[in-house]
Amino acid sequence: MHGFANPARFLRIARWLTPALLVSGLVLTAVALIYGYFLAPAERLQGETVRILFVHVPTAWLGMAGWIAIAVASFVELVWRHPLAALAARGAAVPGAVFAALCLASGSLWGRPAWGTWWVWDGRLTSMLVLLFLYFGYIALAGAIQREGGSSRIPAIFGLVGAVNIPIIHYSVLWWNSLHQPPSLTTGGSAMAGPFLWGLVASTLGFTLIFGGVVLARMRALLAEVQAEARLRRKALEA
Amino acid sequence: MREALDPWFFVNAAYALAIAATMALAGWSWLAMRAAERRREETRA
Repeated sequence: MHGFANPARFLRIARWLTPALLVSGLVLTAVALIYGYFLAPAERLQGETVRILFVHVPTAWLGMAGWIAIAVASFVELVWRHPLAALAARGAAVPGAVFAALCLASGSLWGRPAWGTWWVWDGRLTSMLVLLFLYFGYIALAGAIQREGGSSRIPAIFGLVGAVNIPIIHYSVLWWNSLHQPPSLTTGGSAMAGPFLWGLVASTLGFTLIFGGVVLARMRALLAEVQAEARLRRKALEA
Repeated sequence: MREALDPWFFVNAAYALAIAATMALAGWSWLAMRAAERRREETRA
């Protein structure tokens, strides 16, 4: 892992990996969503609205995965001071926030026909909304530190503390009474029927590849900004 | 009494939102990256 913390080595890998992840992710997601929209069967109880599954579950997973990435990168930054760790955490923040917002929006669009309401203040929905606000706070804090100057350890500590919300989101449907169903995919398997399960696995993988490509693109942009700023400062000192 | 809702309205809205936001995110990230890397090359000169 220490070897990948070198910016030059990172750029060598990221230059081909970024378009590869984005293109393969877009193709796989397109195939999975075409299947979900046109070919997957309607479900016995939920009817056609079950098709929302193919966008809601991947966005929910990536909303949480984004913060897990922030927490891991923050830990690496605080412990080993890797130069790319802060960029990785900042790179995951915007896509994580977008997918958390998409999860809430698609969930609301699913909840109205399935539960009869756009929103309920239960554990799962509320903890997911808290996650979105944590993303807003992290993006604002990291941006302010970059603009005004200050220790990058502050957003890293925020990233680690905010990770407390992830198990709360995951276990909320088991800890409290909820309209929301239990997890669709777990490491122990899934009770879902094959036509839904394989479509869901494909769309989750596709969205995850796009997420990876976006994080790498954000990291490359942030790294380029830091390097350009350092060069301009060096030139100003030499002049 | 249960009101009749058109399920396709909700399916269409969820798919349109997810596709538009994901495409916008991927496009914006790619263009921002290219612009930042171009600015870095300009500072080399």
